[in-house]
Amino acid sequence: MEQGGNRNTQKLLMDRSVPGRVGCILPDSDVPFQALPPVNLLRNSLPLPEVSEPEVVQYFTGLSHKNFSIDTHFYPLGSCTMKYNPKINDEIAFSPGFAQIHPLQPEESSQGALNLLFDLQQYLAEITGMDGVGLSTLAGAHGEFAGMLMIRAYHQQNKDFGRLKVAIPDSAHGTNPASAAMSGFDVITIPSDDNGNIDVKFLKSIAGPELAGAMITLPSTLGIFDTNIVEVCEIVHKAGGLVYGDGANMNALLGRAKLGELGFDVIHLNLHKTFSTPHGGGGPGAGPVCAKNILLPYLSAPIVTCNESNYSLTRPKHSIGRISGFQGNFGVLVRAYTYIRTLGAQGMKSISGNAVLNANYIMDSLKDIYDLPFNRTCMHEVVFSAQSKKANDVTGLEIAKRLLDYGFHAPTMYFPLIVDEALMIEPTESETKETLDAFIDAMREIDKEISTNPQIVKEAPHSTPVSRLDEAHAARSPNLKWEPVK
Amino acid sequence: MTNTGDFQSHYIPNTTDEQREMLSNIGASSVDELFGDIPSKYRNPELKLPDPLSEIEIVKELSALANKNRTLTSGPSFLGAGSYHHFIPAAIKPLMTRGEFLTAYTPYQPEVSQGTLQVIYEFQSLISNLFGMEVANAGMYDGATSLAEGVLMACRVTKRNTVTISATVSPKYLEVISTYCQAQGISIEMFNPEIPETNKKSACMVVQYPNYYGYVENINKIKESAHASGSLLVVAADPTSLGMFKAPGEYDADIATGEGQSLGIPSSYGGPYLGLFTCKKEFIRQMPSRLVGKTVDKNGQSGYVLTLQTREQHIRRERATSNICTNEALYALASTIYLALLGKTGLKQVAELCYQKAHYAANEINKLNNYSLPINTPFFKEFIISCPRSPSNINKILMKDNILGGYDVSEHIDNGMLLCVTEMNTKEDIDQLVKSLSEV
Repeated sequence: MEQGGNRNTQKLLMDRSVPGRVGCILPDSDVPFQALPPVNLLRNSLPLPEVSEPEVVQYFTGLSHKNFSIDTHFYPLGSCTMKYNPKINDEIAFSPGFAQIHPLQPEESSQGALNLLFDLQQYLAEITGMDGVGLSTLAGAHGEFAGMLMIRAYHQQNKDFGRLKVAIPDSAHGTNPASAAMSGFDVITIPSDDNGNIDVKFLKSIAGPELAGAMITLPSTLGIFDTNIVEVCEIVHKAGGLVYGDGANMNALLGRAKLGELGFDVIHLNLHKTFSTPHGGGGPGAGPVCAKNILLPYLSAPIVTCNESNYSLTRPKHSIGRISGFQGNFGVLVRAYTYIRTLGAQGMKSISGNAVLNANYIMDSLKDIYDLPFNRTCMHEVVFSAQSKKANDVTGLEIAKRLLDYGFHAPTMYFPLIVDEALMIEPTESETKETLDAFIDAMREIDKEISTNPQIVKEAPHSTPVSRLDEAHAARSPNLKWEPVK
Repeated sequence: MTNTGDFQSHYIPNTTDEQREMLSNIGASSVDELFGDIPSKYRNPELKLPDPLSEIEIVKELSALANKNRTLTSGPSFLGAGSYHHFIPAAIKPLMTRGEFLTAYTPYQPEVSQGTLQVIYEFQSLISNLFGMEVANAGMYDGATSLAEGVLMACRVTKRNTVTISATVSPKYLEVISTYCQAQGISIEMFNPEIPETNKKSACMVVQYPNYYGYVENINKIKESAHASGSLLVVAADPTSLGMFKAPGEYDADIATGEGQSLGIPSSYGGPYLGLFTCKKEFIRQMPSRLVGKTVDKNGQSGYVLTLQTREQHIRRERATSNICTNEALYALASTIYLALLGKTGLKQVAELCYQKAHYAANEINKLNNYSLPINTPFFKEFIISCPRSPSNINKILMKDNILGGYDVSEHIDNGMLLCVTEMNTKEDIDQLVKSLSEV
């Protein structure tokens, strides 16, 4: 129940504004007065709110109550790896020795930061079986873009200008084709075979002198380990192409397999998934690029190098260039470093082991009532199809919305695109068996409702701060910012 | 594998008994068996990482690394050039690190993400107001990538594939633009902002405001040249300067971007920062990144949703306006709280304090023998001084007095040092800098 008065969150900041209120006090100028610039350069009005500090704190605290989050709810959003975000990682990232340093200060005054980045590059290379790592890419899709530009630069350096096509499975995240397009490639979609693996026969038919490479997610977005993967990499290599790996699902493979050994040439990691850094409601993330020797000269600038225990920022020889303002999302990198040092090698294996165990436990506990498009051991996530519930006129989306009433965040819906009415569930390793059991109970309860009282599912959610929102209206007449009442 | 016995993590709750119970439900004999799809040759590779550390140990080890870094607060600092040391009100951190904000995903389920969605709508509103622009998106990675995406968008809007960039745009921004353009057949030309010229092939004229060296250029003149050729005006603005200087919208900018780090985000060795992105409303369907819109639920209650998603990669795939997905929502929250706290009067005060102190510093340095101010144009919080010898050499000497000097721009301006003065610098700091410079 929302409170009244200022603590009610309905009113926007501009409508809360009361002339004369201030939210912070600044010191008076301590220097002699300096003449102002010509008046024609200055603005006349600054339409920002006038609110006091208590109001701001109460308003934003109130807004926070309208969110589900890992700290408050089970969040089995498939492909997003919503695992616990350790608090110590935040504390270290916010410490003055890391948060209060300038990206351009002389290298001799930031050796601690550079040392940390250098070590992180080594750890990520070791975990992925790659030869080197660049950290300047700021999110997963940003890493994809850098990696695909590296593949392009590699072919150009070899004067192999005809390689303009990139093969991408139909199960891929939308960022893959979008990143390939931004890197100047045409996309060829590869179908999946009856087991959910990449259709090798199709891949062979398109592997030729025009193929620049393939972009592959492993485990795939179907939550399964593609058993053809080694052959897939060989086919692409034999045709003269390179293999890009989308590391979004690395939580399944930590300590279990190294993408570099399987045949991948360049991959990105999502530190905000696998390496526990908080997602923040949509970032910041970090998407380091890990590459084999042949591609290291093309990494985006800068990377950290070490010469006789002296660390510095360096530009790789054939770098695709600078892809972000400075040297990466350092605060996120500090968190991931802390996580890796806290867990070690055994911890990496324990993460993947428990993540995969938990997903299989959910799969096994629900497969009698929700359809499995591919009935095989899953990795870190399980994809069900709610197709059969259509008989009762209930869709996957409605099941997802009903879960919100049970106090669980919804799974990823309608993705991957190749599964009808997909519900993609990723429990992660950091949830207890009690939580998994409660979630399983809720899914079974909803299944009963679908046959006994489908209306309650169809109209869900019922207990959330707002009910189903009119998205069509939002898109038809976009209202994208506060406007003064006329 | 076990989570008990020889290895245990406080982040992983399953005990050996619970694992056994779950395995027996599944009908598997071990966790390793679940990884049977990985070809055995590649399964369970050797993994060499340092031994795990307890919280006590990790804090000790990382404090030792942190202590090797010279912090901005440990002595007078005059370094800017794209990352700025501004005041961050204490209320921001406890609000942004609330688990409900910090540990939520992108708001794909609006019914349980109204907190994040309303914050982003507030962010779009306040950034639009600050920039004097019609629309702002939910944020980009940082100032450099935001400008690069602005350039790509100008090419989509105008269907032209040449861009014209001012010679006084940050060299780092220019490099990122060039990286973003390299595969898309877009060619880059430069222009002199004092005699701005472009042509009918150019999608946009790009100007930084204030420019990389801190100076405010004649944006009107650049705008006239751009619009006369049917090119868009793209302005990369410092949001703090907009507390006192005219907004990009007042210059009829078509696209205006910015580095949001100054709005309540620590320097943090270069990231995470926040890309600001605004434009005219007529271009919204060509915008990159997320947008939040206001709508109603089925009971007529107002609420917020991600909108115009058909522009985005998860729907449009290779035909999306950008590949951007995860961006910097947490720092959009930080900057929204910052703008709420500073507000109408506070942001103006911050801007004026920067201006006053920077001009005091410039005037005092100009009085020194051997130093001069080579550029005589209005500036905001940064300016160039000509030094008697190499700026990097001078910086080494300043560091002996525990002063973090300016940025060496001698590559572009003879013995030029780019100094930055903000509200965080006291008169005492500045006088100390002037004294140390005089003793060089």
